[in-house]
Amino acid sequence: MTLQEFLQNFANGISLGSLYALIAIGYTMVYGILRLINFAHGEMIMVAAYIAFYTVFIFSMPWYISFFIAIIITTIVGILVERLAYKPLRSSPRVTILISAIGVSFFLQNLGIVLFTGRPKAFQVPTLFSQVYTIKGVNIVSLTFFIPTITVVLLILLVYVINNTKIGMAMRAVAKDYDTSSLMGIDVNKIISVTFGIGSALAAIGGIMWSMKFPQLTPTMGLMPGLKCFIAAVLGGIGNITGAVVGGFILGLTEILLVAFLPDLSGYRDAFAFILLILILLVKPTGILGEKIAEKV
Amino acid sequence: MLKINNLHVYYGGIHALKGISLEVPENKIITLIGANGAGKSTTLRAISRLVSASEGEIIFNNEDISKLKTTEVVKRGITLVPEGRRVFPDLTVLENLKLGAYLRNDKKAIKDDINHVYEFFPRLKEREWQLAGTLSGGEQQMLAIGRALMSKPKLLMMDEPSLGLAPLIVQDVFEIIKMIHQEGMTILLIEQNAMAALKIADYGYVLETGTITLEGTGQELLNNEQVKKAYLGE
Ligand SMILES: Nc1ncnc2c1ncn2[C@@H]1O[C@H](COP(=O)(O)OP(=O)(O)O)[C@@H](O)[C@H]1O
Ligand SMILES: [Mg+2]
Repeated sequence: MTLQEFLQNFANGISLGSLYALIAIGYTMVYGILRLINFAHGEMIMVAAYIAFYTVFIFSMPWYISFFIAIIITTIVGILVERLAYKPLRSSPRVTILISAIGVSFFLQNLGIVLFTGRPKAFQVPTLFSQVYTIKGVNIVSLTFFIPTITVVLLILLVYVINNTKIGMAMRAVAKDYDTSSLMGIDVNKIISVTFGIGSALAAIGGIMWSMKFPQLTPTMGLMPGLKCFIAAVLGGIGNITGAVVGGFILGLTEILLVAFLPDLSGYRDAFAFILLILILLVKPTGILGEKIAEKV
Repeated sequence: MLKINNLHVYYGGIHALKGISLEVPENKIITLIGANGAGKSTTLRAISRLVSASEGEIIFNNEDISKLKTTEVVKRGITLVPEGRRVFPDLTVLENLKLGAYLRNDKKAIKDDINHVYEFFPRLKEREWQLAGTLSGGEQQMLAIGRALMSKPKLLMMDEPSLGLAPLIVQDVFEIIKMIHQEGMTILLIEQNAMAALKIADYGYVLETGTITLEGTGQELLNNEQVKKAYLGE
C-alpha cells in the first residue's frame, strides 16, 4: 500500500469512526441513566435521514433548514419513544423495557416501509459536502473533513454541558441515584427526557452525515450502524461517554484499515464488529474505560 | 407546621405504616425512635413522597402534600437527609452542595449559603474539589446535611444521621443538629441512638412495627420504664 492510499484510508476511518462515536454516545448516555440498551436508537438515523430527504425533495428547502428540521423532529421522536414506550415500564423488570425497545425498533422500521416504501431513495448531498480535493495525490471529499470537525465540536459542547452546567450536573446525579436526585428537587423525568433528546439529536446529526457518506436511504438503514455503534459503546465501556468516543474511533478505523490491508476479508466487514463484540465480552466485559456499574437502587 | 393524620403505607403486601399520626410544630426538634424495621424511614419517605401513602393526610402549613411530587414537596420547604447519607460519590463536594440548591436561582445568595455551610463544616471547605465518594463517613454525613441546608428548608428531616459513625463523630453530629436548630430550623429526627436523640428533642414518638406506641417530651420518654428497657439498654 502506498502512503497516499494509507492516508486516504486513514481519513476514511477517522470519518467513519466519528459517525460511530456520535451515535454511540446516545446508547451510552441512555444506558447510564436508565440501564437500558435503547435498541430503537439506530432508527433515529433513519428518521433523520428521511426527514432531511423529504424536506428537500418535496418542499425544496435549502439543505441547512432541512437538516435543522430533521434534527429537531428526530429529537422529539427520541423523547416521545421514551415517554410512550419506556416510562410506563420504568418499575418493571429491566428485560421488559428491553423488549419494548426492540419492539419500538421494529415498529419504526416498519412504519418507515409503510410511509416511504422499501425502495431505496438517493440522498442529495449538498455541494458543500461533496467537493473533491486533491492533496498530494490523495483524493478527499470535503465531507471527510466536515464529519470529524463537526463531531469534535459537538463532543466539546457535550462535555462542557455535562461538566459545567446545572442540567449536566443533574444528569450526572440522576445517573447515580433517582431518589436522592429528586430529594434535591430535580425533576427526574425531565432529566431523562433531556438525555434522550441529546442522544437523539446527536444520532440525527450522525444519521444525516451518514446519509451523505452512504447516500442511499432505506427504512432499515439504521439497523447496521445502530448495532455497530452499540458495539462501539460496549467496546469503550457502556455508560462512559469518553468510552463511546474511543470505541467509535477504534471500530471505524479498524474496520476501514482491515478492509484496506486485507481486501480478501472485505466481505466480513460487518462480521468483524460482532467478532470484536464477542471478544470484548469474553476478555473485558466492562469495556476499555468502563468500570463495574452498580445496579440502580 | 407539619401534621400527619392516620398515615398508611404498604410495600406490596407489607403493611409498613399502620395509621400513624404525629405533629411537628415550628422551631422544635421532634424525634421518632424505634427498632430496625419499625417504619421510621418509611415515614420520612412518605412525607418526601418517595413512597405513596394508601391512606391518610400529610398537612404542611395548611396544605395537604400527600399527593404532590417529590420536587414539589422540596419546593414547599421540606428536605430529607436520607438514610445512608447518599451523597453523589462522583461529584465534587462543591457540586453536591450546588445540587442541594437546585431549585434556587439566586446565585449570590447560594454562594453565601455555601460559605455558611463551610463555616459549619470547615472540613468540607478543605475538600471542596474532592469527589464526595472519597470522603470519610463522618464527612459524607456533614456533606449530606450541608447539601440539605442548601435548599433553605423550613423543615429539615434527618434519617439516622449517626448511623455507622465513630462515637466521637456521633457527638459532633448531634452538636451540629443543635446548632442548626438554634438558627431557627424545625427538625424531624430519626434515630436508633434513642438516648442522644431524646436528649436534644423537644418531643418524641416511639414507633413499633408501623404503630406509634408512646409519645411525650424528650425528658418524659427518657424517664419512661418501657423506653429505658427497650431503647436505652438499661
Ligand atoms: N422498598 C421496600 N420494599 C419492601 N419492604 C420494605 C421496603 N422498605 C422497607 N420495607 C419494609 O418496611 C418496614 C419498615 O421499614 P423502614 O421504614 O425502613 O424501617 P426503619 O427505618 O424503622 O428501620 C420493614 O418491615 C421493611 O422490611
Ligand atoms: Mg431506616
